[in-house]
Amino acid sequence: MTTTNRIERHHYDVVVIGAGGAGLRAAIEARLAGKKTAIISKSLFGKAHTVMAEGGAAAAMGNVNSRDNWQVHFRDTMRGGKFLNNFRMAELHAKESPQRIWELETYGALFDRTKDGKISQRNFGGHEYPRLAHVGDRTGLELIRTLQQKIVSLQQEDKAELGSYDARIKVFDETTITELLLDGEKVAGAFGYYRESGEFILFEAPAVVLATGGVGRSYKVTSNSWEYTGDGHALALRAGATLINMEFLQFHPTGMVWPPSVKGILVTESVRGDGGVLKNSDGKRFMFDYVPDVFRKQYAETEEEADRWYTDPDNNRRPPELLPRDEVARAINSEVKAGRGTPAGGVYLDIASRRSAEEIRRRLPSMYHQFKELADVDITKEPMEVGPTCHYVMGGVEVDPDSGAAFGSVRGLFAAGEVSGGMHGSNRLGGNSLSDLLVFGKRAGGHAASYTDQLTVRPKVAIGAVEAAVETALAPLQRDTGESPYQLQQDLQVVMGDLVGIIRREGELADALGRLAELRERVAKVSAVGGRRYNPGWHLALDLRNMLVVSECTAKAALERQESRGGHTREDFPAMDPMWRRVNLVCSLNGDAVRLAHKPLPKMRSELIGLFDRAELAKYLTDEELADFDALVSDADAEEAGN
Amino acid sequence: MGTKRHFRVWRGDDSGGDLQDYQVEVNEGEVVLDIIHRLQATDAPDLACRWNCKAGKCGSCSMEINGMPKLGCMTRMSTFEENETVTVTPLRTFPIIRDLVTDVSFNYEKARETPAFAPPAGVAPGDYRMQQVDVERSQEFRKCIECFLCQNTCHVIRDHDENKHAFAGPRYFIRAAELDMHPLDTRTDRREYAQAEQGLGFCNITKCCTEVCPEHIKITDNGIIPMKERVVDRRYDPLVWLGSKIFRRGQVPQTFVTSAKHGDAVHSHVAHGGVHSHAGDSHDPAAEAEAQAGVNWHREVPRPTAPAVDDNGRLPLTELTFDRAAAPSPFGDDVTFPLPPEHLNFAHPEQDKH
Repeated sequence: MTTTNRIERHHYDVVVIGAGGAGLRAAIEARLAGKKTAIISKSLFGKAHTVMAEGGAAAAMGNVNSRDNWQVHFRDTMRGGKFLNNFRMAELHAKESPQRIWELETYGALFDRTKDGKISQRNFGGHEYPRLAHVGDRTGLELIRTLQQKIVSLQQEDKAELGSYDARIKVFDETTITELLLDGEKVAGAFGYYRESGEFILFEAPAVVLATGGVGRSYKVTSNSWEYTGDGHALALRAGATLINMEFLQFHPTGMVWPPSVKGILVTESVRGDGGVLKNSDGKRFMFDYVPDVFRKQYAETEEEADRWYTDPDNNRRPPELLPRDEVARAINSEVKAGRGTPAGGVYLDIASRRSAEEIRRRLPSMYHQFKELADVDITKEPMEVGPTCHYVMGGVEVDPDSGAAFGSVRGLFAAGEVSGGMHGSNRLGGNSLSDLLVFGKRAGGHAASYTDQLTVRPKVAIGAVEAAVETALAPLQRDTGESPYQLQQDLQVVMGDLVGIIRREGELADALGRLAELRERVAKVSAVGGRRYNPGWHLALDLRNMLVVSECTAKAALERQESRGGHTREDFPAMDPMWRRVNLVCSLNGDAVRLAHKPLPKMRSELIGLFDRAELAKYLTDEELADFDALVSDADAEEAGN
Repeated sequence: MGTKRHFRVWRGDDSGGDLQDYQVEVNEGEVVLDIIHRLQATDAPDLACRWNCKAGKCGSCSMEINGMPKLGCMTRMSTFEENETVTVTPLRTFPIIRDLVTDVSFNYEKARETPAFAPPAGVAPGDYRMQQVDVERSQEFRKCIECFLCQNTCHVIRDHDENKHAFAGPRYFIRAAELDMHPLDTRTDRREYAQAEQGLGFCNITKCCTEVCPEHIKITDNGIIPMKERVVDRRYDPLVWLGSKIFRRGQVPQTFVTSAKHGDAVHSHVAHGGVHSHAGDSHDPAAEAEAQAGVNWHREVPRPTAPAVDDNGRLPLTELTFDRAAAPSPFGDDVTFPLPPEHLNFAHPEQDKH
């Protein structure tokens, strides 16, 4: 075929797919390691979904409460993830996030300050101490802009030194990767298209970092943008990597449910951290009824105690509105199902009656602004209507915790951020994703760079694979008998939203798998009208197969896991089962079919498990594991006595 | 429950195009971007339009709605009359790619030219100390979502492609202001840079940028005007003025950004001319030629400056402290006559067809 001759080719050391927080941080690190680095962005530079993160970035800097440290952060993260987290990732994350945040200040970030001039930190659901570095409620924007500007400053250095901004780091904006290309088991490059022209582009590179974010566009009600089609998950699968924890999706407890045009847009948890309370249609502050036993000790039992906490957190327990996200989402769901919801199917989030208008505007400026502009609702005067929204996927590429290198058969593939799995276990704490991006973005970028150093031969792209990729990409434009990609996406969203949503049942999940199989046939025949220039219909048609395979992973894993934990709630298995805590469900691709395997969780190192109370561990661990823990403790005691 | 509404959407590419009519369903509580999405799902699957967050946070879906630069996701349908036709067109200032998508690379080029944050030497990460009140001024500008509506609406470049070379636009003026006000930024020439390199002088403060800003950043009042004022302060500070005299025809002081690195005579002239509007020392042939060709209405016309009087309403100088004999010139001491023609605010009626 002659088409491959005309494809634009680029040679890079490291190609980073995704230009959100993780991708940009990885690219900075690869460039600092001296590697020629490309950043591929599906949107314009600086528009990534990271901008949506409002609350902050969790890092145990101890600026507000000096008792905070990495051990406490680690504990909170494991607790939030219901102990299913990869402990090593949680450990690295807790230890390194303060440095990653401070580093941003050297790039020019301007966080809100404490009185003594340090970075201010705010309370957030699931975090024991005020821990989230923030900028009003636009922390994600600050983070992306800071990283974007750091990249520009590196480009300026390169321009001064080498005469070109793009000499060592180049951003390919509005470019989508459709295929990873391998040489045997080694990554050799990536193939994609410019959205603007529809022309194809081939990157030859020995190392690829996936930082493509999540999968939320497969759901009806979602806070995610159009880009979140699971590209990185699907690329990894097709390249021979594995996915873990795909059954765990976070439904943000408080997305807007009214008006319809903004359904799914999130109301930051800091509204609750700053005093907002949840009420049902009877006006009752219902969260007190939903405190699970494992959290009973840390949360207030009366409204009076809860209200005192805002000013005196050391002597009072936290309000139950600050329970982890999954608990709040489930509570809202139960209230709505019991007929105590709002007309639009949510509950009320009320801050108007609890804080002065001026204070609300100062503490939640963009929230106030957003509601005023989008919905003509004044949150200083009336309550908001909120409900659960698909927000974040905990599952993702199974990676080596230290390097971010993908497991499975592939070499030279790295993943960081939402597209990687394990860090957050079954449920992510608010604020942990922004710091996750930075910590593991840096690690993945750095390790991708050193991986290229130890290669003796540069992997080669096979022409046949490029030809196949071209054919696959053009297919929807050449068919005119298939269905519209928009219709197919809508159908997929209905299946996932209705059958693999926040509350799951065996029958529905089995039904979903059947429907996904039907959809797979239809998607294989999808056709897009129009030409190759900036044709969103065509782009969606190409994204669909990614969404589909990732949805299959989620549905399969959700059917397999017979318990409820974090972001996976089975109505037929409502309790946590310690046996299931020891298992990760690993998805891989066998031809076209998704294969599911059980894999034991790595065992936590003794000094880490020693950070927990036995009473707490008893809620999560099996008897066998508890016996191990007891033996450990008595060994330590004996040692101490011996000294 | 939706009603049918009349939409006109510009369809086409760089070779041309026109407004196309659509009758499309509109439901309560929807915004213009919802309607564009409905068109994509029904009548026009290949209708090109940028969008991401649909919450006014990413600044992707900039478009012109009934001629007004706006975000599609932030324009509620309820703001239009029941039977009003809604006309949606791409941003006019930037080249068309297709339909509602324009080539905004101009902005990214200007971003790359703006010198980055210069961190303080010797302050370790984690040791940065700043007061909230000091960071807030810069934080206002960091709210910017880069929707480029201000760039699109700015008349200096909206219908004057030729100015794009020398003019960075409001977005990058506030970037310069943000860094200028950053408590720990170590560069001291942000304002001079804005004036000399970004074309701050082209701006004549019509505030259109502020008006269209979806983040309600006071671009003009809090960003551009303080930058201009400080440039003026420096120029009229006697010491700085004296310094500039000393350095005038030789080397510029180190804090001053030179235009020379562009190696582009026209550009450096335009930018430079903006600073020293009345300096009277630019009798170079290129400037003369340009002045003959017509008046550049976007050049800086110096704002009237109050005399630098003290609390008693008198000039704070005597012949003893003044650096020359006799009284200062009523036109300003840095003005020499005759004024170069490009600094005259006069267009010959015969030539005024530019």
